[in-house]
Amino acid sequence: LADALHPASNVEVVDPRTLHLAGEFVESNLGTAIEPDGSATVRLVAVQYDFVPNCVQVPVNTPVKFRLTSADVVHGFLLPDTNVNTMVVPGFVAEVRTRFAQTGEYEMPCHEFCGLGHHAMWTRVRVVPVAQFPTEAPQQRTSCAEQ
Amino acid sequence: MLNSRRLALFHCWVAFGAFLPAVLLGAWQMLMRSPLPAPLDDPGAYYASVTLHGTVMAYVITTFFAMGFGYAVAATSLGRPLRGAAAAWAGFVICLVGTAMAAATVVAGKASVLYTFYPPLLASPWYYLGAFLLVAGSMVWVVLMVVNMVGWKRDNPERPVPLAMFAITATALLWAWAAAGVEIELVGILLPRAFGWSDLIDAGLGRTLFSVTLHAIVYFWLMPAYIAFYTLVPQAAGGRLYSDTMGRLTFIMFLVFSLPVGMHHLFADPEHGSGFKFLQSFLTFLIALPTLLTVFSITASLEIAGRHRGGRGLLGWIATLPWEEPMVLAVALSLVMLGFGGFGGLINMSYAMNMMIHNTSWVTAHFHLIFGGAVVIMYFAIAYEMWPRITGKPLRSKALARWQLWLWFWGMLITTIPWHIAGLMGQPRRIAIFDYSLPLVARMASLVNISVIGGFILLVSAILLITVLVRSHFGERSVTEPLRYALAVNPPRQVPASLNGFALWNAIVLVLMIVAYGYPIGQFFFLKSHSAPAVEVTSQSAAAGVQ
Repeated sequence: LADALHPASNVEVVDPRTLHLAGEFVESNLGTAIEPDGSATVRLVAVQYDFVPNCVQVPVNTPVKFRLTSADVVHGFLLPDTNVNTMVVPGFVAEVRTRFAQTGEYEMPCHEFCGLGHHAMWTRVRVVPVAQFPTEAPQQRTSCAEQ
Repeated sequence: MLNSRRLALFHCWVAFGAFLPAVLLGAWQMLMRSPLPAPLDDPGAYYASVTLHGTVMAYVITTFFAMGFGYAVAATSLGRPLRGAAAAWAGFVICLVGTAMAAATVVAGKASVLYTFYPPLLASPWYYLGAFLLVAGSMVWVVLMVVNMVGWKRDNPERPVPLAMFAITATALLWAWAAAGVEIELVGILLPRAFGWSDLIDAGLGRTLFSVTLHAIVYFWLMPAYIAFYTLVPQAAGGRLYSDTMGRLTFIMFLVFSLPVGMHHLFADPEHGSGFKFLQSFLTFLIALPTLLTVFSITASLEIAGRHRGGRGLLGWIATLPWEEPMVLAVALSLVMLGFGGFGGLINMSYAMNMMIHNTSWVTAHFHLIFGGAVVIMYFAIAYEMWPRITGKPLRSKALARWQLWLWFWGMLITTIPWHIAGLMGQPRRIAIFDYSLPLVARMASLVNISVIGGFILLVSAILLITVLVRSHFGERSVTEPLRYALAVNPPRQVPASLNGFALWNAIVLVLMIVAYGYPIGQFFFLKSHSAPAVEVTSQSAAAGVQ
């Protein structure tokens, strides 16, 4: 519950101009990672007008940590029916935590005006049974985005 | 109204002249985002329209109305000609030039960044310059309100400043404080980048500076309505104001409490820590106090009027009130909308509950009810009260004016109640086109359709408003009665200096602003935060989104 009460307030800086070159938000590190303690970390980059990756899957009944940043302008991230709701501001990492009680698919809009294609910026978060989640390669990052 | 008559008339006509097209844009936007077919089905036009709707409603109408009303109040409540009328006209011209510049740039499609700017999105410099001139021109009015109040005090050292003048000066001072945030953002960040003198934009700093203006700007919009509550409503109802002191306290509390709270718009922002978010969330709750005080005072004043007119029993006084007066009808409708909107606001300002509805249609519903509903309906009532005094001709007609108020009330409820529900379901704001084939969006379709009906009722009401005001210019010149302000039950003979001026309260605001914003703004200078390249809003970027 404490996680659900707190909006992203981690004040963590990142350089939006070099996200793709090195560090946490390089493309190969995006998507869902399973941590040694069994929790999941989802890393996403918002750009005009998509999230990278634009579909993520997470295990049900598992602590999930979303870490997001923007490569260009201000975006927003909202999972309807949950308390996951944060601004994505270039220059900062937004971290929000939650736990999904049911499997299913969330349609996730960008909720902040980010330019003339803003309305096209939707992505999906798919909550799947834990057993369905790949475990054999913990270093691997997974997503359900079509390549 | 002595020499302020033409000033009030010109300012109010700019406000209401801009109002009708802005409502028309709003109605079209509602059609555009609904499942129903809309003319000119173009997302680029939608975002330009939202920018114009917001800019006109938030900056143009409110600023011009407050200025015009302020000049009328200064002359009539002090009972002497306005000092600095020439400067007032100069301010009017500066504001008008700024408005025209900003509006033309938006219509040309060069400034679809919404009135809240969203750096590092970048618009044409002429939009920012226009907005800057509009706000800067209104500072002439701020100075004139202070000059007129101080001058009168000097000439009347034994008498308390009339409540209406005291309140409009509080409004002017609040606006000076509030506007500082957006002015610094424009001068320090956006204009230099738009003219190509700087390279990068610190989005976090820009958002934080703008938050200084939000939320206090809302109280700048609201205070003319509250001035009417305290000084015009009891008079129109045929009674007296319950307490002059409560009025003074209310306007002082608005000045002090509405400023150090803007960060509740940034609860979901990652560039601020929980400490200052929580502090400003707490401070935000204090703003409910002057509103609760006002609801009590005004209801008591109306009860005094109703009983004076022969009302008996617990609620019998309600029926005896002069409901045929637009001002009396408007205050009742306004308080109902204030109740609904205020409830939604309590959710928005709560540090944790905000996450349920942050940036959803719930927020749009909230501020349309408070500003578009409770406040604007009082602007209408003030106009109906002032017009006969300005033109010397009777209002044509009170019946039509009552229809207009009722339509505005129902239109606003039908628009905003579905928005609240859709917001709770997760409908994001500021979206030109919804894909109603997505399951999440499909559930909201009927709600959106109902709100469209409300939007068109509002449009009809806005047309009626203009009809009444225009018709009231034509007719037999017969009205000579001046604008009168309500007497208090116990008219003040002397008030303490703290309730008769603002020096103490400005000092308290300064301290509170340093406490609430010193670190949140200062952090950007030692945090080593990274700025981002600006991204121009062009039709090219829209094409990329459609692919």
